Amino acid sequence: MSASQSPAAAPVSRPPHPLLEFWYHFKQNKGSLLGLAVILAITVIALFAEWLAPHDPNIQFREAILTPPVWADGGSWRFILGTDDIGRDMLSRLMYGARLSMMIGVIVVTLSLAVGLAFGMVAGFFGGMVDVLIMRVMDILLALPSMLLAVVVAAILGPGLVNAMLAVSVVVIPHYARLTRAAVLAEVNRDYVIASRVAGAGPLRLMLIVVLPNCVAPLIVQATLGFSTAILDAAALGFLGLGAQPPTPEWGTMLASSLQFLQRAPWVVTWPGVSILVTVLAFNLLGDGLRDALDPKLKR
Amino acid sequence: MLRFILTRVSLVIPTFLGITFLTFILIRLVPGDPIEVRVGERGISPERLAQFRHELGLDLPLWRQFLDYVWNVLHGDFGVSLITHNPVLTEFVTLFPATLELALSAMLFATLIGLPAGILAAVKRGSLFDHGVMGISLTGYSMPIFWWGLLLILFFSVALGWTPVSGRLDLLYYIEPQTGFMLIDTLMAGEYDAFRSALRHLILPTIVLGTVPLAVVARMTRSAMLEVLGEDYIRTAHAKGLSDSRVIGMHALRNALIPVVTVIGLQVGTLLGGAILTETIFSWPGIGKWLIESIGRRDYPALQGGVLLIATSVIAVNLLVDVLYGVLNPRIRHAR
Repeated sequence: MSASQSPAAAPVSRPPHPLLEFWYHFKQNKGSLLGLAVILAITVIALFAEWLAPHDPNIQFREAILTPPVWADGGSWRFILGTDDIGRDMLSRLMYGARLSMMIGVIVVTLSLAVGLAFGMVAGFFGGMVDVLIMRVMDILLALPSMLLAVVVAAILGPGLVNAMLAVSVVVIPHYARLTRAAVLAEVNRDYVIASRVAGAGPLRLMLIVVLPNCVAPLIVQATLGFSTAILDAAALGFLGLGAQPPTPEWGTMLASSLQFLQRAPWVVTWPGVSILVTVLAFNLLGDGLRDALDPKLKR
Repeated sequence: MLRFILTRVSLVIPTFLGITFLTFILIRLVPGDPIEVRVGERGISPERLAQFRHELGLDLPLWRQFLDYVWNVLHGDFGVSLITHNPVLTEFVTLFPATLELALSAMLFATLIGLPAGILAAVKRGSLFDHGVMGISLTGYSMPIFWWGLLLILFFSVALGWTPVSGRLDLLYYIEPQTGFMLIDTLMAGEYDAFRSALRHLILPTIVLGTVPLAVVARMTRSAMLEVLGEDYIRTAHAKGLSDSRVIGMHALRNALIPVVTVIGLQVGTLLGGAILTETIFSWPGIGKWLIESIGRRDYPALQGGVLLIATSVIAVNLLVDVLYGVLNPRIRHAR
């Protein structure tokens, strides 16, 4: 890092807009910029899969079963990444799979963040028995290995994509609850909170309008990393047969249903795995960058 | 000291009761009566149904059922598998060593590689090596391990033929289980070829299960070392003319190890959870594969008992780490 660090090197009287300052710190980290670019690309693919995908993901080309990718012997430009065991185009299925994975990420993060945030806020604000009760329950959920808990919840609810998303959400709730509670406890006795309490603000206003904006940084980081956990765990459930069911083009399910062709046609197993890895890695890179940019302790 | 240990143990009791309650309601949330599952499609007369319900204690109020359940669990009765009709505890104890052997070996793999890699990365901060270690460990952390296992099988087992595809031991050998640890049992039986076979079977599952902990250990070691290396006493040690290796090995590493040891302890849960996927891929006859099969066979008592037993072992290990931590570091012991 060079000596000219300060973003306000010029004689400016006003500090830069917080977003601008954030962007300045964020773009220092090349890895997280790459992660952001990959996520944007995957989002575009997910949103416009209908137009971008060369084929329908469920059409079976009976004459082209297990066609290798275009660069291998016997490959053709018609199926760029090859076809699977019943002649469906891999590339198209992966593109529709991106839509599912992003949807899983959004729903799981929204659901677990909302519930975890509510629990954490209530526990941190009211303290006493409510706090003890909520946090004990969270501790119990944390004592179970997350994959085990997800598998058990999915087994009780029955296999399926929606149930798998619910299972993964339940597993990550304690993380948000703990994080929110810690942030609330750090803020709740500050002068500005006491001031608005004295001015007559009700608990709901104190929680959502006064305190919440000041606890949001660690939650943003956790939510970003939560995307990667959600995508990874949902794919693992799909792989175990407890998540999305065939012929849904979910990446983990695709992997599991073409396992027996591992030796004959490695590409049917390779691509879904690469897709999962790249997506999860991108979210982890972004999360790391966000942490560095948002954490005041690390700010130079 | 005793007081510290007793406090920690007493804090665990509510968690344990909570887990017991969770596994207790688990089986009640499953659609279908346990008796219906047992009877199947043959049907049953109302009198026999009432009798069965009475025998299983299902006609008692829920709180009585829960107390009975806790009572049985505390006496080592975790119910009976619906499929094999063996006590769940017996099945668990038979299979657990296989999982433990794999988990310990994965932890060893992660620590032996992750610790030196993290230390070197911290010492050579900003170097190509540092960036390499961090990049690889973030990739490892993001790895879908079920896919990673398949890739390794495809490369090392299928293409190169170096390692076996699945199981714990070649079918050629039969080893009477003594400890349940295949490596120890084969050595005790004096079967060195079988030992080599067991070792070859262990390699790929170890790498697959150890990948995520390896990434976590390497990252944690690096950041703990970076923090310690900035301390004044390190500068003092350098100033009084100690060699680099002595400063890093004696002064820095010792202090950096405390958070690393905690993280290694916390990985036990990850290892037992990851065992579900790893054991399924490699047909490793352990707890994880057994649980997945129990789900497939709708063997809910086995699932219930297995979950409770795994959770109990995770709690026990965390407690052990907690207490050890207090023993090693007096500041924590006297903090409260």
